[in-house]
Amino acid sequence: MATSKRGNVLGTWFGFALIMIWCLLPVVWIISLSFKSPAETTAGSPQFFPKAWTTQNYKDIVDNPDFTRALLNSFGIALSATLFSVVLATLAAYAIARLDFRGKRAVLSLALAIAMFPVVSLVGPLFDMWRTLHLFNTWPGLIIPYMSFTLPLAIWTLSAFFREIPWEMEQAAQVDGATSWQAFRKVIVPLAAPGVFTAAILTFFFAWNEFVLAISLTSTTASRTVPAQMSYFVGADPFNPPYSQLATASVVVTVPVVIIVLLFQRKIVAGLTAGAVKG
Amino acid sequence: MSTTTPTKVTKPSKPLRADTQRAEAENRLGRRLVAPAVVIMLLVTAWPMLRALYLSLFRYRLTTPDDRSFVFLGNYGTILSDPLFWRDTWNTVLIMVITVGVELVVGFAFAMVMHKIIFARGVMRTSILIPYGIITVVSAFAWQFTFSINNGYINTWFDWLPFIDPDTNWFGDHWHAMFAIMVSEIWKTTPFMSLLLLAGLSQIPEDMIEAAKVDGATWWQRLFKVILPNMRAAIMVAVLFRALDAFRIFDNIFVMTRGAQNTESSSFLTYRQVIEQMQLGMGSALSVLLFLTVLLLAYLIVRAFKVDLSAARGEG
Repeated sequence: MATSKRGNVLGTWFGFALIMIWCLLPVVWIISLSFKSPAETTAGSPQFFPKAWTTQNYKDIVDNPDFTRALLNSFGIALSATLFSVVLATLAAYAIARLDFRGKRAVLSLALAIAMFPVVSLVGPLFDMWRTLHLFNTWPGLIIPYMSFTLPLAIWTLSAFFREIPWEMEQAAQVDGATSWQAFRKVIVPLAAPGVFTAAILTFFFAWNEFVLAISLTSTTASRTVPAQMSYFVGADPFNPPYSQLATASVVVTVPVVIIVLLFQRKIVAGLTAGAVKG
Repeated sequence: MSTTTPTKVTKPSKPLRADTQRAEAENRLGRRLVAPAVVIMLLVTAWPMLRALYLSLFRYRLTTPDDRSFVFLGNYGTILSDPLFWRDTWNTVLIMVITVGVELVVGFAFAMVMHKIIFARGVMRTSILIPYGIITVVSAFAWQFTFSINNGYINTWFDWLPFIDPDTNWFGDHWHAMFAIMVSEIWKTTPFMSLLLLAGLSQIPEDMIEAAKVDGATWWQRLFKVILPNMRAAIMVAVLFRALDAFRIFDNIFVMTRGAQNTESSSFLTYRQVIEQMQLGMGSALSVLLFLTVLLLAYLIVRAFKVDLSAARGEG
C-alpha cells in the first residue's frame, strides 16, 4: 500500500511536470526568440536561447506604426464587442433563467447552431453586404459579427450562472425594508456580477483571437487587428519571414491574455465548464 | 417581433384571469428581452447564409460584376466533380479525426492528473489556460518557428530519432506539413478539452469508484466500466464542440503553409475562392456545402452519442 501510494505521488508529479512543459514550452520559445537579434535569426539559429540577448525587437515593434495601430484596433474592437455582447446576453440570459415565455427553446437552439457555424461560409456574403453598407474595413464591420458569434457562449454561460442565483433573496431584502433598487443593487448585482464578468472574459478572448473575419473584412490598418496584421508581416524575403519581429509581436499580443488568465483563472474555468456537465 | 395571438376570453374565473394576464405579460417581457440578441445573431448568420444560397446559383465574379449569369446548380456540379474539393475535404476530415482523437486521450490524461493533484492547483490551472487563451495565429507562428529548418529546435533536439535529420524540411512535403499543422492545433486546444473532461470527472461520486475497487475491479475495468460511462455527457459535449471547431480549421493552415504541399482545408478553399479570386458565385456554393457538412457532422455526432444536447447542457 505504502509503495503504491508513493508510486501515485510520483506519477502525479510526473504528470504535473508534463503538463507544465506542454503548456509553457512554446511560450518560453517565442519569448526567447523575441530576444534574438534579427541578424541571428536571419543567419539561422537553431539553439533554444539567444546567443546574445537584445531588446532591439521590442524597440522596433513599438516604433512600427502599423503594429501599434493594429494593437489599438484589436483593443477597441474586442472591448466594444465584449461590452455590447455581454449587455445583450445578460438581458437574454435573465429572461431564459427567470421567465417563462414561448420560444425559449428556439432561442437556445439558435444559439447552439450559431456556436457551431462555419465562420468562413459567411465571408463571401458578408464581404458583399458590408461593401454596400459601407461597413467594410471599419470597426463596426468587425464588432457586429463578433457580437453574433460570442452571444451564444455568453448566453449559455450567463443563463447557467443566473439559474444558480437565489432570487428569493431579493424579496427577502425587500421584506427587511430595502427599497427594490437597494435590493437589486445590494443583493442581486453582487450575486450576478461574477457570471457577467466570466462571460465578458470569454467574449474578449474570442474577439481577441478571431482571424478569418479580421483578414476578410478589412483592407488597411484602419481596422486590421493584430492577428490579421501579423499575417502581413512578410519582410523583404518571403521565404525567410522576419522571425524576431513576429515573435516579438506574438509576445506583446499574448501579454493581455496572460494577465487575464493570472487574475481570473478560477472564473474562466467555471465559465468554460458552466452547464457543460449537468444531465 | 412577437405575434400577439388574440386571447380568448371565455369567462374565466377572476383569479385565473389575473394568472393568464400575468403569464402573458411575462411572455411578452421574455420575448422583448431576448429580441436584441436574436436579431444580432440572425443578422450576421441567417441573412448572409440565405444570400449565399441565392448567389451560389450564379456565375458571378466581383472583378466582372456585369457578367453575372444564372447557372442554377452549375456551381455545385463543378465543385462536386472537382478533385480539389474532395482532396481538401479529405484533409479536413483527416485533421479533425486525428486531432480530436489525440486531444481526447491527452486531455483525459491531463484531467486525471488535475483531478488527483493536491498541490499547485492554481499554477496548473493558470498554465493550462495559457494555450487556451493564446491567439491561434501566435500558436501557429510559434510552431512554425519550432519546426523551421533554419531556426527551429526540433531537428536539433530529436536528431536521434531515425526519421528526423538535421535538415528535415517540415514544410517541404505533405505529411510533414500536415504533422506540424496538427501539432499546433492539438497544442492549443487540448487544455480546453481537459477542462471539460475534468468537470465531468469531478461529477463522478468517489464512493462509486471505491466500491468498484473493493469489488476487485482492476484499474482498466474501473476506467472503462465506471469512469468513462459516467462521463458520457461531458465527453459528448467536448467531442462535439472540438470536432466542429477542428473542421473549421483555417488560421493554422493560413499561417504555416498557406495551403502549400496540398495542406488546404475546406475553409481555406472557400476563403481563397471568395477573397483571393473574388469568385462570389462559386465561393457561395462552397459556403453552402461547408455549412451543410457541418450540419451533417453535428447531427451524426449527436446521434452517435444518443444524448439530448439541451439536457446535456442543463437547459432542459
